[in-house]
Parts: sequence; C-alpha cells; structure tokens
Amino acid sequence: MAGTATQPAGTTEPTRRDFIVVAAGAFAAVGAAAAVWPFIHQMNPSADVLALSSTEVDLSQIAAGQSVTILWRGKPVFVRHRTEAEIAQAKTDDTAVLPDPQKDADRVKKPEWLVMMGVCTHLGCVPLGQKGDFGGWFCPCHGSHYDTSGRIRKGPAPTNLPVPEYAFLNDTRIRIG
Amino acid sequence: MKTMKMRAILIALALGLAAPAALAAGPEIAIPAQKWSFNGPFGTFDRAELQRGYQVYKEVCAACHAMKYVAFRNLRDIGFNEAEVKALAATFEVNDGPNDAGEMFKRPGLPQDKFPSPFPNEKAARASNGGAYPLDLSLIAKARAGGPDYIRALLIGYKDAPAGFALGEGLNYNEYFPGHQIAMPKPLNEDQVTYADGTKASVEQMSHDVSAFLMWAAEPKLEDRKRLGFKVMVFLIVLTGLFFAAKKRIWSRLH
Amino acid sequence: MADNSNSGFFANPVVKWIEYRLPVFSTIDHMVGTQYPTPKNLNYWWNFGSLAGLCLVIQIVTGIVLVMHYTPHTSMAFDSVEHIMRDVNYGWLLRYMHANGASMFFIAVYIHIFRGLYYGSYKAPRELLWFLGLIIFLLMMATAFMGYVLPWGQMSFWGATVITNLFSAIPLIGEPIVTWLWGGFSVDNPTLNRFFSLHYLLPFVIVGVVLLHILALHQHGSNNPLGIDTKGPQDRIPFHPYYTIKDAVGVGAFLIFFSFWLFYAPNFLGHPDNYIPANPLVTPEHIVPEWYFLPFYAILRSVPDKLGGVLLMFGAILILFLLPWLDTSKVRSAKFRPIYKQLYVVFLIVCVGLTWAGGKPAEGYYLIIARVCTVYYFAHFLVLLPLVGWFEKPLKLPASISEAVLKGDAAPAGKA
Repeated sequence: MAGTATQPAGTTEPTRRDFIVVAAGAFAAVGAAAAVWPFIHQMNPSADVLALSSTEVDLSQIAAGQSVTILWRGKPVFVRHRTEAEIAQAKTDDTAVLPDPQKDADRVKKPEWLVMMGVCTHLGCVPLGQKGDFGGWFCPCHGSHYDTSGRIRKGPAPTNLPVPEYAFLNDTRIRIG
Repeated sequence: MKTMKMRAILIALALGLAAPAALAAGPEIAIPAQKWSFNGPFGTFDRAELQRGYQVYKEVCAACHAMKYVAFRNLRDIGFNEAEVKALAATFEVNDGPNDAGEMFKRPGLPQDKFPSPFPNEKAARASNGGAYPLDLSLIAKARAGGPDYIRALLIGYKDAPAGFALGEGLNYNEYFPGHQIAMPKPLNEDQVTYADGTKASVEQMSHDVSAFLMWAAEPKLEDRKRLGFKVMVFLIVLTGLFFAAKKRIWSRLH
Repeated sequence: MADNSNSGFFANPVVKWIEYRLPVFSTIDHMVGTQYPTPKNLNYWWNFGSLAGLCLVIQIVTGIVLVMHYTPHTSMAFDSVEHIMRDVNYGWLLRYMHANGASMFFIAVYIHIFRGLYYGSYKAPRELLWFLGLIIFLLMMATAFMGYVLPWGQMSFWGATVITNLFSAIPLIGEPIVTWLWGGFSVDNPTLNRFFSLHYLLPFVIVGVVLLHILALHQHGSNNPLGIDTKGPQDRIPFHPYYTIKDAVGVGAFLIFFSFWLFYAPNFLGHPDNYIPANPLVTPEHIVPEWYFLPFYAILRSVPDKLGGVLLMFGAILILFLLPWLDTSKVRSAKFRPIYKQLYVVFLIVCVGLTWAGGKPAEGYYLIIARVCTVYYFAHFLVLLPLVGWFEKPLKLPASISEAVLKGDAAPAGKA
C-alpha cells in the first residue's frame, strides 16, 4: 500500500516552507481562534440574567434577633436584625485573631442590620444561623464557624462571608445589587 | 438590498399565486417597497425614527397589542440612556408577586421588565376586541412576508370598500390585507401623536416610523449582524485568496 | 506503519512515543494524509464531500451550544428560541448558523450526489459507498425535519403534523403508528420531546455512517472525472498536501457563500410563519416544507391517492439504491457518454422543476408540471438509464489518467 503513494516521477517533495503556504496556514489559525469566541462567550450570563441584578427587601417585619434569607442572583442573602449583644460581641471580636481581618464597622451600613451572602466561602454550602462556636453561623458541610459579623473564625473556609452591594432606600427598605 | 428586492418579488409572487386559492375577494395590490435605513449590507437603524416609532407603538398600538419579548432595557438600543429607560419603565405598572402575604400586586416597571401586555390572556383580549385577537407585535416584522414594507402598507391601506364589495360585520376594508377584510379598525389618523422632535405626524410618517420600530423589535441584533458580517466576509475573502495562492504553489510542484 | 521518509513529522520524539502506543497519526495520514493515494485529476466538484463533512461539524457544534439555552417544552420552546436570539451572547449568530447551516449542508450534499451521478461514482466497485451515502442522506432528512419542529412555530407544528400523518397512509396499522409517533392524539409536548431527543442523537449516527462512507471510499479510492481506474503511481498523488489545500480553497469559498446568507439574508431560506408561535387551531394558508424537501413534496402531491403519493415519495429516494444496476453502461463518466450527458442535463432540469413546483400550490398547471416531472424522474431511472446503457456508443476511453492529463484532456470535464 505504501508503494502506491510514492510521488510520481518528476515531482519534488513539497517542503511547506513557502511563505504563501505558511501565511495561509497562519491566517486560517487566527480565523479559527476568533471563531471560537462566540462559542465560549455564549456560556457567560445572558443579557436578561445580567439585568435581573437587584432585589428589594422590606426590613420592617424583621424583629431584633430574627433573620430572613433572600434569593438574589440565585443565591441566598442573609439579612439579620442583630441584637445588642451580637453587635457588642462583633465589636469585641474586632481585636480577636481573625483569618481574614476586617472590622465589623466595615461590614455593615447600620450596626443592627447585617446583610451578607449566605454562601460558605469554602465550597458554597449555605451555613446555618446562630450555630457554631462563635454565636454566628456554622457550615455543616465541612465545619466552618463564622462569628456574629459573619467573619470566618475556625474551619476550612478562607474568607469572611462576603457583603453584597446594597443600599438603604429608607429606614425600612434596602435594595441588594 | 438585492435580497430585499428579491424577497419582495418572491413575496409578491407567492401572494399573487396564493390569492386564487384562498381569496376570491379581489386582486392583490403589490406592496410598495420602502427605502429603509436598515436595508443593504451596511444598513443601520435610524435612532430618531425608532424612537418616534416607539412613541406610536406606546400611544396607539399598545392599547391592544402586546410585545412580550421586548424589555424596557432593550430601549437603550434605540438611543435612550439608562436614566430615561428607568423613568420610562416606571411610568408603567407591572404585575409582580406573590408578596409575603401571598398576594399578587402591582408595582412600577423596572428596566428588566418586559413590556406589559394590555390583556391578561388571549381570551380576555378576544373578549375586548369582538372576538379578534390582537397579535403580539414582537416578531411581526419577521412573521409577515414583506416585513416592514407590509406593515407600513397595511397601516396606510385603509380605504372605503369598493362598490359591490361585501364587507363582513365588524370588519374593515384594507387594500393590502390578504382578502381585504381586516378586523383591526384604522389605527392611525393625522396628528394622532405629537412627536417630541417636531416631525409632522402624518399617517404616512407614523406608519413608516412604527414599521421601522417593529423591525428593530423583531431583529434587534441586525446591526451587530451586519457589522460582524462585513468583518467575516473581508477575512474570508483574504483567506480564500491565500488558500488559492498556496494551492497554486503546491500544485506547481506537479508537472 | 508510517512512511517516515516523507516528512520530519514522524521523526519527532513525542510523535514517535505516541505513535508507538496509539497509531493515531499514521491512521490520519492514511485517511486524509500523505499515505492516501488519490487520482491526480480530481476537479473542484470533488470538494463537496469535504464541504458536507464541514457542514456536519458546524451543525453538531452549533447544535450542542444551542441546546444549552433551548427548552423542549411546548410552552417554552418558542420563548427559549427568542431568548437565544435576543439575550444569549452571540445567540443570534449561533442560531442563524444552525438554521442556515442546514440549508448549506443540503446544498453541499445535493451537489455531491449530482457529481456522483455525472461521473458514475455509484458504479462497481463503489455500490456500497453509494448506499452509505444514501443512508446519510436519509438520516439527514430525518434530522432536518425534526430540527425544524423544535422552534415550535406555525411551520414547525404543521410540518410535523403533515409529515407524521404520511404514516397514516399505511393500511391497517397506519393510525396506531401515527399515535405512537405522536405519543398522543396530536402533535404535542411528547412529540416535541422525542423529536428533540432524536434530533440530538441522529447527527452522531450520521458521523458513524460517514466514517463507514470514508472507509468504503478508501477501499478503491476516489472515482475521477475520467471514470477510469488509476493504473499506477503516475496516475496518483498523495491526498496531503495536494487535496488538503484544494479542499481548503473550497472551504474558504463555501464559507463566503454561507456567510452571505448568514449575515445578510438569514431568514430568506426560512418561512415567515415560523416566527408565529404554534397554534393547533389555525393552519397556515400556504404550507410548504423547507426548500430541500420540495422535490419530494412535489412528488407526494402529484399523486391523487394518499398511499400512492407516500409510496412514490419514498420510492423516489429508494430507487437511488437500485441505480448501480439500473445504469447498465460499463462506462462511468458522462464525459464519454454523449447521450447520457444530455439526459443528465434534462434530469437536472426536472429536479429543479420539481423543487419549484413543490413550493407552489398543488393546482392548475403547477400540478401538471409536477406530474410531468414526477413521471420523468422515474422514467429516467427505470426506462432511460437501462436503455441508454445498452444502445449508447460511448466515446473511446483514454488508456490512463496520466495519458489524458498529458494530452491536456483532464481539464474539469463537461460542466466545470
């Protein structure tokens, strides 16, 4: 079989060193690379998903010591009306040894309202409220403990529960996102 | 432009040929082709025209016709800025809910909301319109042969029925509607809207503007498409030229 | 084993390491590389096989991506397509590629088939190669039909209704079969779901048959414009680089053609009614299938009997399986068959005529033209081809390809 493929007499082996052949190949490669982009980008959030990026929460129904969980961008957001004791504890803990140091004052807009993502920074489970060694949150998946300001204190999670962008529209209403 | 023309011819043919089968009502009249800013390989939408068209839709058509695939945020494409879109959306009431009490409620529109529909469902729409169903207009410019040309023609096509034409109960005579009997009453009259940019709101002008707007609504990516198309075409022509030269070079090694 | 003498590639240590364990490179080299000997006189009509392959790849890749956003449910299918068109990043591009890509695929395959008809590529010893091609064609038709149903527009719905109802023509078991196909008493959600499943599956079956098609091709190598067998090394050149670069030229030109539709007339080949959501209560006034089904649709409608029409329509494709034996001529290429060459042109016109008539209402002179064309279509295969093979006096065949090439004869034959 190999014998039949040999070159006919009088032809030379193509070297593929010709400029024009290399240029054509390079050009085709660039085009192919560019053509891949729409196929990748289509998996990024679509326009309607990006547009649905804010949620409003009415705070008037949440008594001190109570929390609500809001769905925002498909993920839970904890809105907690903290008690005086919790606020005091959070402030005291500012000076404790923190894996991800952050002042409680930097994590809240009003001390009695703690708004943060309810997603453990370890691997994305939803932590349980008012559990764990620090009176804050405890993630049942791999045992991460968060304090009353949502800061990581113990366990595998690397960072504090993140605070989403939010704003007080008035005293009893916030908009997340 | 060529394809548009070709298309118009094909459509005219199709309509002409379909006519004897479906309608014994009378001869069809060819749809006059318009010069649209979005025709041709480099065509773009005329933002001012689209905004006027939106005004016509909002103030006239929207009373009966929904556009459920278009959101307020999309209006940024036709030249409104973010604040204007927000303000505009807020002038509409949209359904939302259920709230914490389990009830549906109304709230001001937000940019991400789709245009609210004038009727809650098809049955309600029919009940309010003598049994006829005002179609959703989101895609109408692509769902009708002739596209925007047809829509414009239809809007200016209301005439008195010719003598001897048996017009059905509750129907209106329209030159360009297949069969000439349309349930929708003449929607546009001179100066029905007051254009912000001072353009005279003739029936002709409003029909043109709203048709262009509906074309945008049906094909909002038209400009992206043509822009990308030009780049791709130029690239492919160069690439094919290079391939051809390379082919000649390689084949020159034979004999 | 690879022929190491011809390139430095197989001397590369990494290539050697892999090749020793998995002969992937030499396999490719034998399939479409330097080790696949090809007649030296193939013209540009031979490009359409690789172009059809390219179309298959484009359809599969865009299809997989579209499925990431599409919802196969009657209440959401249409909306999800609009979501793709309006909100998904480059969704409009991907969907228009897929929709127009189907048409491009059929264009490439039809040209590929008609090239085979002209140059007698279906004749011994390539009958099974031809069969496999026809099986691909049938699978493509099924895939395209089911794909067209997925957007759940008016044409989707009514096309599905009409085509599935063809099976009701079968005596006795027709009705139960249709109910079984539908999964209900009309085209509805179960139908949409199974069509979606099969539309995703069948392209991969096509890939499998394409591989068999290529395997069969390699058994005796490509036919060529002269239709004579290669006699020795002087008649052949390696596929790579000669035909890879020639195919690349074809790919470039074909993509330009594709892009024209894609970017400047993406809805021209579609039907406006498919932008109206499916409505089981209202049939569109003038219902037509996609252009690539029109010839068969014309044959279906030209028979006044329900079962007869269905049988004739399927017969129009199945008769192609008998072609290697209906064509009694020993000469392959129409280049050397003066009478067949004329008949070929008439046949081509008849097929175009059927396509045209299929898009028109089945009445008046359209119907007459469709009937004349239908009769001719079958007469071509059943009467003319056998007779011409017996009575035609073919021209003298060249002794070999290289002899013809040296005489300057091998310029793209006939119509190129």
